[in-house]
Amino acid sequence: MNQSQADSRQLVDRIVELSRRPGPVQLMEVCGTHTVSLFRTGIKSLMPAGVRLLSGPGCPVCVTSQGYIDAACEVAGRPEVTICTYGDMIRVPGRSGSLEQYRGRGARVMVVYSARDAVKYATEHPDRQAIFLAVGFETTAPASAAAVMEADQRGLANFTILAGHKLVIPALAFLLSAGDVAIDGFLLPGHVSVVIGVEAYQPVAQQYHKACVVAGFEPMQMLNGIVCLLEQIAAGQARVDNVYAVAVRPQGNPTALRAIDEVFEPADTIWRAMGMIPKSGLALREKYRRFDALDRFGLVVGPDYDPPGCRCGQVIQGKLEPAACSLFATQCTPAQPVGPCMVSSEGTCAAWYKYGRARQQA
Amino acid sequence: MDTHTNLDEQIVLAHGGGGELTRRLIADHFLPKLGNALLEPLTDSAVLDIPAGRLAFTTDAHVIQPLEFPGGDIGRLSICGTVNDLAVVGAVPRAISLAMVIEEGLPLTVLDRIVDSIAAAAREADVLVATGDTKVVERQRGDGMTITTAGIGELRPGVRLDVRRIVEGDAIIVTGRIAEHGLAVMSAREGLTFQTELRSDVAPLNDLIGRLLDSGADVKFMRDPTRGGLAGVLADLAEDTALSVEVREEAIPVSTVARHTAELLGLDVLTVPNEGKIVVVVDQADADHTLAVCRGHPLGRHAAIIGSMKRSQPPLVELLTVSGGRRLVQRPYGEELPRIC
Repeated sequence: MNQSQADSRQLVDRIVELSRRPGPVQLMEVCGTHTVSLFRTGIKSLMPAGVRLLSGPGCPVCVTSQGYIDAACEVAGRPEVTICTYGDMIRVPGRSGSLEQYRGRGARVMVVYSARDAVKYATEHPDRQAIFLAVGFETTAPASAAAVMEADQRGLANFTILAGHKLVIPALAFLLSAGDVAIDGFLLPGHVSVVIGVEAYQPVAQQYHKACVVAGFEPMQMLNGIVCLLEQIAAGQARVDNVYAVAVRPQGNPTALRAIDEVFEPADTIWRAMGMIPKSGLALREKYRRFDALDRFGLVVGPDYDPPGCRCGQVIQGKLEPAACSLFATQCTPAQPVGPCMVSSEGTCAAWYKYGRARQQA
Repeated sequence: MDTHTNLDEQIVLAHGGGGELTRRLIADHFLPKLGNALLEPLTDSAVLDIPAGRLAFTTDAHVIQPLEFPGGDIGRLSICGTVNDLAVVGAVPRAISLAMVIEEGLPLTVLDRIVDSIAAAAREADVLVATGDTKVVERQRGDGMTITTAGIGELRPGVRLDVRRIVEGDAIIVTGRIAEHGLAVMSAREGLTFQTELRSDVAPLNDLIGRLLDSGADVKFMRDPTRGGLAGVLADLAEDTALSVEVREEAIPVSTVARHTAELLGLDVLTVPNEGKIVVVVDQADADHTLAVCRGHPLGRHAAIIGSMKRSQPPLVELLTVSGGRRLVQRPYGEELPRIC
């Protein structure tokens, strides 16, 4: 056994020991990257029966409403438009197909790695209308803000964004006030926390009395985070711990937060299955409204709906494990996804499908 | 592409027209670098003198952006990919054909670098470019350049590569650090906003494979884990043998840079393409010897025994993780897409 195995064995032993004390515990990992990492590193397979890990609303593609997907597909069909999007989005099925299928029918859909790439594309292709699908949490919002500011400085008339950014804290508050999922503690996402900081989670700990730990994505950090959560719960405490202090500061990243605040303002936003959550998203401020694709193309983000039979809406709220969905791994697979949780590499269903089925079958 | 470049310095449609410009392109830019007795007559077909026996025959289309990336380019990739496809079935590569579709406007300096790289890779692999063709397509219709190759090789006598001979207990070896090609290309791709020191591992593997086959070890299976990565080859193994595959994460050679880059992009190193590695299945008794042979070769220095074939049902690929857990390994669906955050 090497050192890291010995270290992780020690932490797992501690988890097992702690799991004996307060009875069964449900911990929610908020971020899709945590969901995938917990599977990929095998940590999920090491949890004792008394510790259940639930996946939360932290996969950017999965929480995006069907209305948004349909609006993106609709505008992709216009001849002058090039959709610039993060790769995860292109396979999410909309009412009349996915962006990938639209591309097959001749639409211009380009996968980009950052919002800046979309600005660069717009600069180099003055004859095209570049629309960037601005989705994701506080992790990607600063990059979208920077892109809009850059487009503003360059005076680009052929760049817009379809604003779909979401904020983490309002979603957690929504889940907790709905009260239909028993959550004892949150394993909080490292990436988002780099931007918003540790202190931002205080309301979750104080108002809702839930244990909170900010953790990175390395196995030791995740195991440490779980130990911290169980220790808080065992002691009847609720505070925000940080086991990712190397990257996450108490107040976050002020430069990134300023960029978000310069370009965006909090707005009521529709989430998949969770409906309208007040001030849970980001809309362009008046000053930058001309970069809003909704205005420029007269688009309307229609109501959210579930694809027939799809239960992604419950999965992202931790109400349902993928295996309990009747479509899972039968009619809904990564090759033929019905809902977004099977599409995104961070989606809970994709993670279960990819890493989790062995023990179910065996 | 700079449209103001002198026409003499870039590819124009007439370079593909079959006239004087085509002749000059071939005479000035291809023959001096690739010339050999098979190619130089410029006849409609190359005539190969191969003694009667079993031949391996393969074809491959190469489309990659950017054309030049850290550690290689589309030229090196096309030669190595073809050589490796021949070598892993136990053939000695003899001749390669090269059909190049070039986009109008490609600077001749870029073409020259790519042809140089083709020539260097062919020398390294000891294979001849026996015949070729060039066509030019209009601007914006060609992605710079695409290359289609075919390759012919002579089967080595006595080679017994056959997936059906694999049994429980056979060892699985990978000949070096994985995921470097895919990550280097993705990092180099236009617009990716970070730089890494990662370089593609693209290399001709026929010499290493020759040594493995000559080593006396009972090698049962070889495949280069290109698209689909290591995960794809391991999934093939489980499917084709109806045995399970068990691999240990800590044994799989991955550089720290590659691991972090993959982490950042949200990719699983197991599914990232390689262009200079082989997955070898060998009789358990010969595992250590085979590993030593690999490590004695410059392209196999970081080789490792990563796991073995197991008799458990259903046939699956399982990874024993560094943390002491277990998880399933599957062939990726299509191209793995970098995640959002």
